[in-house]
Amino acid sequence: MSVRRSPHPDPIPDGQREPSASEAGEGHALLDVRHLRIEFPTRRGVLTAVDDVSFAIGPGEVLGVVGESGAGKSLTGAAIIGLLEPPGRIAAGEILLDGARIDDLPDEAMRRIRGRRIGAIFQDPLAALDPLYSIGSQLVETIRTHLPMSEAAARARAVELLQEVGIPAAARRVDHYPHQFSGGMRQRVVIALALAANPQLIVADEPTTALDVSIQAQIITLLRRLCRDHGTAVMLITHDMGVIAETADRVAVMYAGRIVEIGPVADVVRAPRHPYTIGLMGSIPSVADDRDRLVQIEGSMPRLTAIPSGCPFHPRCNRAFDRCVRERPELLDAGTSLAACWLHSRAAV
Amino acid sequence: MTAGTLLEVSHASKVFDVSPPWLARTLARQPRLLLHAVHDVSFSIRRGETLGLVGESGCGKSTVARLVIGLYKLSAGTITYEGHKIGALASGRIPRALRRKLQMIFQDPYASLNPRWRVADIVAEPIHAQRLVRGRRAIGARVDALLSQVGLAAADGQKYPHQFSGGQRQRISIARALASEPEFLACDEPTSALDVSVQAQVLNLMRDLQRELGLTYLFISHNLAVVHHVADRVGVMYLGRIVEIADKATLFRHPQHPYTRMLLDAIPDVAMSGESRIPVAGEVPNPLSPPSGCAFHPRCPFANERCRREVPQLGESPDVAALGAHDRVACHAVEERRLGSETRVRESPRKVVSDPT
Repeated sequence: MSVRRSPHPDPIPDGQREPSASEAGEGHALLDVRHLRIEFPTRRGVLTAVDDVSFAIGPGEVLGVVGESGAGKSLTGAAIIGLLEPPGRIAAGEILLDGARIDDLPDEAMRRIRGRRIGAIFQDPLAALDPLYSIGSQLVETIRTHLPMSEAAARARAVELLQEVGIPAAARRVDHYPHQFSGGMRQRVVIALALAANPQLIVADEPTTALDVSIQAQIITLLRRLCRDHGTAVMLITHDMGVIAETADRVAVMYAGRIVEIGPVADVVRAPRHPYTIGLMGSIPSVADDRDRLVQIEGSMPRLTAIPSGCPFHPRCNRAFDRCVRERPELLDAGTSLAACWLHSRAAV
Repeated sequence: MTAGTLLEVSHASKVFDVSPPWLARTLARQPRLLLHAVHDVSFSIRRGETLGLVGESGCGKSTVARLVIGLYKLSAGTITYEGHKIGALASGRIPRALRRKLQMIFQDPYASLNPRWRVADIVAEPIHAQRLVRGRRAIGARVDALLSQVGLAAADGQKYPHQFSGGQRQRISIARALASEPEFLACDEPTSALDVSVQAQVLNLMRDLQRELGLTYLFISHNLAVVHHVADRVGVMYLGRIVEIADKATLFRHPQHPYTRMLLDAIPDVAMSGESRIPVAGEVPNPLSPPSGCAFHPRCPFANERCRREVPQLGESPDVAALGAHDRVACHAVEERRLGSETRVRESPRKVVSDPT
């Protein structure tokens, strides 16, 4: 599968639905990702890291993207903000922002969108900030790159932003350097940077993973409040289902470069439909129950060089049957969610 | 020391000298800079029990594990194992016969295995070092048995660490720790570097091994849900001190210390979908200049003058009715009953795993 080229985009057979604008809750989608495929050409052939991923995010919506290492969630995020590192490349599909394609834009045009219309928050706040410049000058630079503002007005806006993300004594702190901030405070600065030009969408890749639990709770609450106040949509990429459950409206579960399940977060958490999601939910320890053993999914995620035929989860799935080995499932109706699993094919007929 | 106690830590402290070099210090006329990583920590672990230690970065939980295992020397206090003193002040060495019984599993399965050694050699090293089994064939058989015990194939012994995934590497670490037939394992964040489904595999394996071999665990983690899953008793650390230690059920249902309550409230839990809560403000202070009195007072909503002045000692809670006899908390507010002792019980069981058809 990984080395062969699959004949995409396919016509969608009856009964199989596109998780696009209609699923995004609102009338139209702010971000529409269609049949995205990301490949890495290597000496031993082309590796497909993200394969036929489609989803949409409505204005002001928080979509959680969850998956284990190597599921392709961060690559999907990087493709959307146009920061896919070569030799990685978008091999098929398209990405639309507000109805217009952004995946084929030249670098210069993409740079104007990034920061202005799509903000980004990364895992490591120290790496996202330049250690040689005060956070004030980094904020002013970002603001003035995207908005027509004087130096003084931009500085006033920078202080305002820092106040908004909860940095105490913002007027004084604005002249401090990144190393003078703690990890949690740095992540607040990064959020301020992402919000500087009032973007429509923020792609947040593991924004709380590097932080302690008490700080993590503060950042999640902050992110949720800011996005509600500004009407900003968020693509929240994380491996932590707990963070998604508390923050997202909908969640997409990724496995081996594909979306295996997508739906409203409460439904996916309480009643997962795909066997992988069921296993994943059962494997998370919780303070709310006293189980003797956690649910165990045998084996591990396949390597990109050896993605199984048909459904990539079938070698680890205890409910797999012959069709799963032969044929790759599309996202099928499974109650309120969509699941890429042949167990739901009856519902679609 | 009560009957059945395997490991007893009493008033253990560890101070690190983090001063700048002598010349720089002298020129700048700066005093020595001392970091109290662990401060007057006492606890005991019974045979076959799992004690979980939780806390945020820099609270000293990993230092405790290293003190117990003898990787660091104590600055003050004592640690006894089966009544024998280990990690004593000056002669920090653990007798060979005892050392075999205490092993450690580290957080990073990439850094803790020698990349140039075959897995079989890595697992066999403690056997050679302790001269437990003699003869190449006998050692080979023992290594094969250990590998299969942790769910790997005997043939995996001929591979190198880089050929394994993170979860498999952690299994190799466990096999190596088990090679010297230990009674006690200090596990320092053994699953933090792993994905959740792999974490579940490793946690299940550790539980099975504990039952089969009667192991005793000191389990260090920042993840309260993981600690809740593995531990029988739980200690909560903050800035080098244990602020509360209690049976798991008590600690999670009736947390006493304001910091424990805050931590429990802060866990993003899948059970609380959509539920919002009030995060506690503030961050962990710099351990080089800890606050006076109770180290938690700048973040504590119940702090008063006494909390700012006086370090609270780990003692029994006045609310003994709800607590066990061995549960301890270090908080003036709890002692003076200034805190509402509202019991917080999280709703259980919530996972309705549906049939996918």
